[in-house]
Amino acid sequence: MKNKENLPPQWIDAILKAVIAPHFLEDVLGDLHEVHARNSHRDQPLKARFAYLGMAVTYLRPYFIRRRPSPYSSTYLFSPEMIKNYLKIAMRTLAKNKAYSFINITGLAMGMAVAMLIGLWIYDELSYDRYHKNYSSIVQVMQHQTSNGVTNTQNSVPYPLANELRSKYGSDFKHIVMSSWTSPHILAFGDRKVSKSGSYMEPAAPEMLTLKMLAGTWAGLKEPNSILISRSVADALFGESDPIDKVIKIDNSQNVKVTGVYEDLPYNTTFRGLTFLAPWSLYEIINPSLKTMEDPWRPNSYQIFAQLNEHADVEKVSARIKDVKKKNIRKEQLKFKPDVFVNPMEKWYLHSTFKNGHRVGGRIENVWLFGMIGTFVLLLACINFMNLSTARSEKRAREVGIRKAVGSVRNQLVTQFLSESMLVVSFAFIVSLLLVLLMLPFFNDVADKKLEILWASPVFWVLGLSFTFLTAFIAGSYPALYLSSFQPVKVLKGTFKAGRFAAVPRQTLVIVQFTVSIILIIGTIVVFRQIQFAKNRPVGYTKDGLVTVYLWTPEIHNHFEVVRNELKSNNAIVEMAESNSPATNNWASTSGIVWKDKDPAQSIDFSYNNVSYEYAQTVGWKFVDGRNFSRDFASDSSGLIVNEAAVKFMGLKNPVGENLMWFDSHVKIIGVVKDMIIESPYENVRPLVYSLADDMGGVISLRINPKLSASAALQKVESVFKKYDPGVPFEAHFVDQDYDGKFYDEMRIAKLTSFFSALAILISCLGLFGVASFIAEQRTKEIGVRKVLGATVINVWGMLSRDFVILICIAFIIAAPISYYFLSGWLKKYTYRTEISWWIFMVTGAGTLMITLMTVSFQAIKAALMNPIKSLRSE
Amino acid sequence: MKRTFLGEFEEIVLLVVAACTDPAYGVTIWESIQQTTGRTITLSAVHATLYRLEEKGFLTSEMGGATAERGGRRKRFFTITNYGSRSLQEIQEIRQQLWKAIPQEKMHPKLSFS
Repeated sequence: MKNKENLPPQWIDAILKAVIAPHFLEDVLGDLHEVHARNSHRDQPLKARFAYLGMAVTYLRPYFIRRRPSPYSSTYLFSPEMIKNYLKIAMRTLAKNKAYSFINITGLAMGMAVAMLIGLWIYDELSYDRYHKNYSSIVQVMQHQTSNGVTNTQNSVPYPLANELRSKYGSDFKHIVMSSWTSPHILAFGDRKVSKSGSYMEPAAPEMLTLKMLAGTWAGLKEPNSILISRSVADALFGESDPIDKVIKIDNSQNVKVTGVYEDLPYNTTFRGLTFLAPWSLYEIINPSLKTMEDPWRPNSYQIFAQLNEHADVEKVSARIKDVKKKNIRKEQLKFKPDVFVNPMEKWYLHSTFKNGHRVGGRIENVWLFGMIGTFVLLLACINFMNLSTARSEKRAREVGIRKAVGSVRNQLVTQFLSESMLVVSFAFIVSLLLVLLMLPFFNDVADKKLEILWASPVFWVLGLSFTFLTAFIAGSYPALYLSSFQPVKVLKGTFKAGRFAAVPRQTLVIVQFTVSIILIIGTIVVFRQIQFAKNRPVGYTKDGLVTVYLWTPEIHNHFEVVRNELKSNNAIVEMAESNSPATNNWASTSGIVWKDKDPAQSIDFSYNNVSYEYAQTVGWKFVDGRNFSRDFASDSSGLIVNEAAVKFMGLKNPVGENLMWFDSHVKIIGVVKDMIIESPYENVRPLVYSLADDMGGVISLRINPKLSASAALQKVESVFKKYDPGVPFEAHFVDQDYDGKFYDEMRIAKLTSFFSALAILISCLGLFGVASFIAEQRTKEIGVRKVLGATVINVWGMLSRDFVILICIAFIIAAPISYYFLSGWLKKYTYRTEISWWIFMVTGAGTLMITLMTVSFQAIKAALMNPIKSLRSE
Repeated sequence: MKRTFLGEFEEIVLLVVAACTDPAYGVTIWESIQQTTGRTITLSAVHATLYRLEEKGFLTSEMGGATAERGGRRKRFFTITNYGSRSLQEIQEIRQQLWKAIPQEKMHPKLSFS
């Protein structure tokens, strides 16, 4: 005890040992201890210790720290000769073990290809809209509106808002641009007619969006009868000739002069559909009712884009303009509490999901999701690499021993193994580039992207190469450190045996790999189940054989009966009807419906659709109660047909015959139809009312004659339409295809995740295959002895497979709760959602086990069938 | 003959090593310097000087004599080399000459009360 107290503090010694040059260390430290021993005889222990510290500190100076130069020349780690030798040995090793090399390089290449694809995808997502030079200052004016306690956010705003902002808050904005919705219009030049999408916008738009003008200037929208067209439109309409100052016709009504041509907006911009720009003033001419509207602040029908002034802050501007609408609308609309705000372009694409008036995310979640998947898949590939390299370590132990005996220092061996992994990873990088080239078309198709390898971009190469180095380093570090730590004596004497726990890291890696794979598989299954679940939902009408044609001109409406009779008489169709909105979308809603027991404070938002008499037969309504509109009853002009959701919402017991008010007019429910899925198939069906149309509808629905092929029927329809409406190109949309479009986003995610999980499992299996074959090889002698002693093939197979089955089971136990947690979170997004049933886990578990067994069995059976004479002969 | 100069402290350390009857190592040298000069000196200064003198060839050393209180570490015993003792003698001679050259009255100035 006393002895211990007399010893100087160890930490000081530790520092001294680290700092003082070795050739001074022994006597300096000895002298110090001796002095300390004397001091502590004389003084208090504490005082002695302080004295010791004081003495020690005085040694911390350059004279004692500087090391004596070694009499031997230091090892030159990066000697070109040695590197050459490393590479030669690496090539020989690769060539000697072709199967290993193949598995190693392909596995890694696949992982890198996936990471690269995802990297490109993320790059594309993050660079969305950055084409516009004013990216950081462009905003869209939007509003939150509350009805029945739920706040919805919309980008449609009333028409007078733009002028109000300009006159009262102009100092914050550089430009304010009123815009219509981007929608298809017919552009005609002479006989050439094309349907192209575009918008009517105020003249500042080209400057704000920094369109790249190929001809003309940004000032091209000043005159009402002008138009700016994109390169693709110019090519379609004018071919080689100069489009400037040519006069074209929009929607067969307005003549406009081409004042400029701009470069097509890239695919990853919000305005990619903007293939032409017409002046807003023209829109006002086409729609004179805009200026004569009774209450222009009521309808939210247009968009406003704006550019903030240099020092204006989005938050501050939003706060300032928050109440601009409340100050102008009529009192009865104040209950909607419209809060106007600006949404910056930086957040349009990735961060524009709002819930109850707050930003809650958006597509950025997918970026995270795929970023994670990419990282994981790459991780799996790296794990493979590490696994295979370490598994082979015993084979190379002799080489390490000899190198060390001949004089290699450890750092040289580390360099050797790192350069070896560098070589393999470089091969893998080249292969992965080829794979990416091969997969890109498919990937672009699935992901709805126009990605390409950025051959010319230095950033791509810097990233790609540093990524290669990083992978080589991570993947190579473990084998490099592990292999180089072997002791030459043991290795060369032949007593080297990997310890009992040498396999532990390898097993852990296999578990991690399969955990990730199982999570991905379960995720894929659940996403597909959710889509299938929504697809199986009854749609409430017959969507097969239903075709929609949008009307641009009143010609068909004016000849409706003639067209209908002609088409029915030539057997092209069964029925045809006109309506305001197509079967797969809803474009109109009303808040003006009042029923008997309605709480006056309750605000409502019903969809409505004005239809013609034939609509019921055409779409195939399923009546629950009441009857269809009929020409026999004149009173049906004020009749309503409602869906079940509306009946439920209004709480009507006997809906048919119920009298309602719709703004100022009396209406009466004459029929109830089954809910039709018109909007999102994942959400509840919204209340919907149908009334008879008294004006042009804009959408023609056709029920094609089932006896005819769709193309034959459409040909007949087209010829009749052309006869009555020659100015419009005929374009028909199949409702079932439009309906499938509702699953597009989910389908895309599902396809991508299944693609990636397939790759993940493939990579994992490759790794497993490699490890299994290694283990089988390692245990050749053992298997030989066992066979001699009477083990059957089944015994040996079971022995080799059991270890892996245990690992997979552990991975499954880890993966199941994790995937359940994340997927139930994902499903909460959807109102109409599937359950995560237990069988999904069972199937995944069993499937993974099967794949594992198949992978392992190949090697296990091969080993088990081997003739023991061969394996035992040598030695 | 070109000769390395000795600093004042170096000279003292060298003299102490030469004067030691027992084998001299760091701690003993440090202690006797403190005793004879009455100065407080750090051990590290003594060590640094000893090593430097050894590098210059005035001293030589050998290891030995581990004790328990040193934690089993050996001592470094320093002995003066021929070159070291010759250098000390030369210094001594030069000093002697200089001493002799000093006029008597300068060393014993007369007291004057003016």
